[in-house]
Amino acid sequence: MSTPTPTAPSRPEAAPEFDLAAESGNRLPRFAGWGLFVLGALLAAAPTALLGWSTGLFVVLAIVVGTVVTWGVSRAVEGRRKSTDRLVTCLVSSAFAIAMVPLFSLVYTVVSNGVGRLDAEFFTSSMVGVIGEGGGAYHAIMGTLIVTALATLISVPIGVLTAIYLVEYGNRGRLSKWITFLVDVMTGIPSIVAGLFAYALFALLFGPGVRLGVAGAVALSVLMIPVVVRSVEEVLKLVPNELREAAYALGVPKWRTIIKVVLPTAAAGLGTGITLSIARVVGETAPLLITVGITTALNVNPFDGRMATLPVYAFYQLTQPGVPPEFGINRAWTAALLLIILVMALNLIARLISRVFAPKTNR
Amino acid sequence: MTTTETPPLPTTGRRQVGDSVFAGAAKAAGILILVVLAGVAIFLVTEAAPAITAAPEDVPGGEGLAAYIGPLIFGTLLAAVIALVVATPLAVGIALFITYFAPRKLAQTLGYVVDLLAAIPSVVFGFWGIFALAPALVPLFGWLEDNLGFIPLFAGPASSTGRTMLTAGLVLAVMILPIISAISREVFRQAPALHQEAALALGATRWEMIKMAVLPYGRSGVIGGAMLGLGRALGETLAIALVLSVSGGITFNLISSGNPSTIAANIALNFPESTGLDVNTLIASGLALFVITLAVNMAARYVVNRRADFTE
Repeated sequence: MSTPTPTAPSRPEAAPEFDLAAESGNRLPRFAGWGLFVLGALLAAAPTALLGWSTGLFVVLAIVVGTVVTWGVSRAVEGRRKSTDRLVTCLVSSAFAIAMVPLFSLVYTVVSNGVGRLDAEFFTSSMVGVIGEGGGAYHAIMGTLIVTALATLISVPIGVLTAIYLVEYGNRGRLSKWITFLVDVMTGIPSIVAGLFAYALFALLFGPGVRLGVAGAVALSVLMIPVVVRSVEEVLKLVPNELREAAYALGVPKWRTIIKVVLPTAAAGLGTGITLSIARVVGETAPLLITVGITTALNVNPFDGRMATLPVYAFYQLTQPGVPPEFGINRAWTAALLLIILVMALNLIARLISRVFAPKTNR
Repeated sequence: MTTTETPPLPTTGRRQVGDSVFAGAAKAAGILILVVLAGVAIFLVTEAAPAITAAPEDVPGGEGLAAYIGPLIFGTLLAAVIALVVATPLAVGIALFITYFAPRKLAQTLGYVVDLLAAIPSVVFGFWGIFALAPALVPLFGWLEDNLGFIPLFAGPASSTGRTMLTAGLVLAVMILPIISAISREVFRQAPALHQEAALALGATRWEMIKMAVLPYGRSGVIGGAMLGLGRALGETLAIALVLSVSGGITFNLISSGNPSTIAANIALNFPESTGLDVNTLIASGLALFVITLAVNMAARYVVNRRADFTE
C-alpha cells in the first residue's frame, strides 16, 4: 500500500472519543435520514420563492438545506460521529442525484425535440434538392451502416487474434506486456487524432483532400480495436483451463483447441464485447467529419468519394440548417434521437447476448 | 500392447502447420497494433512537417506555428481542468454511493444508469449543451458576474447565450463522470473486506469505515481514473465545437463570450474547409494533442497498474 500509516494510529484515537449525546445512546428513528432531508428540502421552498422561483435554484437550495437540517438535528441528538456519517450519506446521495440530472435532461431534450420528424420520410428520402421542409437521413443511415460494418470487419479479426495471442500464446512475455500497455494507451487516443491519422494515411496514398468511406472505417478501427482486444481478452481469461487441458490430453492441437473449445465457450462474451465496441464507435463524429465528409445524395460505395453518416449529418444539419433554419434543426434533433436509440439498442443487445448465450458453466 | 503398430498421428504434419500458422496470425495481429500506433505518430509527423518547417508568415494567423497552437493548447487544458475539478468529487461520491450506500439490490442497476452517460455520442452532448445547459446557466453567469466579479475567473461581461468556457467545461465534466466513477467503483469494491469488517466491528460508523479501510486503499485508483478522464476531456471534440463560442485569445475569464478554442474543436470546425498548408497546420496541432494525451494516458496507466502490482 502506498500509505499504510494513517489508518493505524488514527484507530485508537477514534474509539475513546465519546461525546455526551453519543454516550447517552440517543438514536433517531430509522426513517429520520430521509425524513429530515425531505423536511429541509421543503424548507428550502421559502427562500427560493423569495428570491424568484426557478427549479434549478430550488434543487440546489433543497440539497443544501436538507443536508444541513439532517446534520444539525443528528448532531444535537446523536452526537458528532453519527452526524458526520449522516452528513456524508447526504453528500454522496446528492452526488448521485446531481449526476442523474444531466442524463434525464438530455434524454428529455432529445426525445421531445427529435420525435417530431421521426416519420417515414426521414427514413426513406435523402437530402437531394431539399432546401427547407422535408428531407431525410436515408443516405446518412446507410452510410453509417456501411462505414461501421467495414470498421467491424477490420477490427474484429485483428482484435480477436490479438486477444488470442495475449491469452494463449503470449505467456506474459515482453511482447505481450508491450501490447497490453499500448492497447491501454490506444484506448485513450482522441477520436479526432484517429481521424487525422486515417486522413494522413489516405492523403499519402491518394493525394491531399481525399474523402473516402473506407478512410472513415480505418479511423473508427483505430478506436475500436483496443476495445475489442480488452473485452475479448477478459472473456478468454474466464475460460477454465481444465477445458484446454482436457482437449490437449485428447491429442487436439492447440489451434484446434482454441477454435473448437475456447472460442465457443467464450462465444457469449465475444458477442457482448463486439457489440459494445460497435456501440462505442457508431456515434463517433469527429473522425468521420474529417475523413468521410458529407453528401446530400446516397453513396453506397465506400471506395468512391464522400459519404453521409448519421452523426456528421446531425452536426451539419444543426450548424448549417439552411433557410429557414427550423427544418434543418428539427432534422438534426431527429438524427440525434436516432443515434441515441441506436446506441441504446446495441447496449441492450449486448446485455441480451450475455444473458441468453451465457456459457453453461459446471456448477 | 503393440505400441509399435500404432499408426503415426495422422494430423502431425497438419497440426504443426496449423499451429504455426495460427500462432503466427495471432502474433502478427498483436504486432500490427504496435505498427498502427507507430503509424499514427509517423503519419502525423509526415503531414505536420510542412507546417513545422514553413515560414511563420505562411501559417494561419501569420505569426508562426507556436503562436497559432499556443492559445489552443491553453483552451484545451482550461476546459479539461474545469471538467476534472467538477467531475472528480462527484464521481467519487457516485462510486461510494453505488458501492457502499445504495441498497444492494439496486446497486448494479444504478451502475448501469451511470454507464449510460458514457454511451451517449458526443455530438448529442453538444446539442444538449447548446439548447438545454447553456440557456439554463445564463442566470447563474449573471449572478456570478454581479457577486463574484472581483474574481478574475468571473469578471464578465457575462455571455448572453451561455456558450462559455464554463459551460463547455461542465459538459465535459458530465462526459467524463462515468469514466472516473467506473474506475473508482472498481477499486472501492476491491478494498479488502476484512479491513472493512474489522472497522465496523470496532464500532466505526459507515463513513469512518470508508475513511479508514476504503479510501486509503482506493486513492491511487481514483487518481488513475481521474487522469484517464482528463485524457478523454483533452481529446473531446464535438461537444466543445458545438457549445463553445470562440473568439481566440488567452483568457481566464470563464463566463464571457470571448473564449479560446480547443485543439480538437478547432480541427473539427476548420478541417473540412481547409486546403494546402492550413491542413498541415491543423495536423500539427493534432500532433500536439496526440503527444499531450499520450503523456497523460501513459501516466494514468502507470498509476493504475502500479496499484495492481501492489495488490497482487
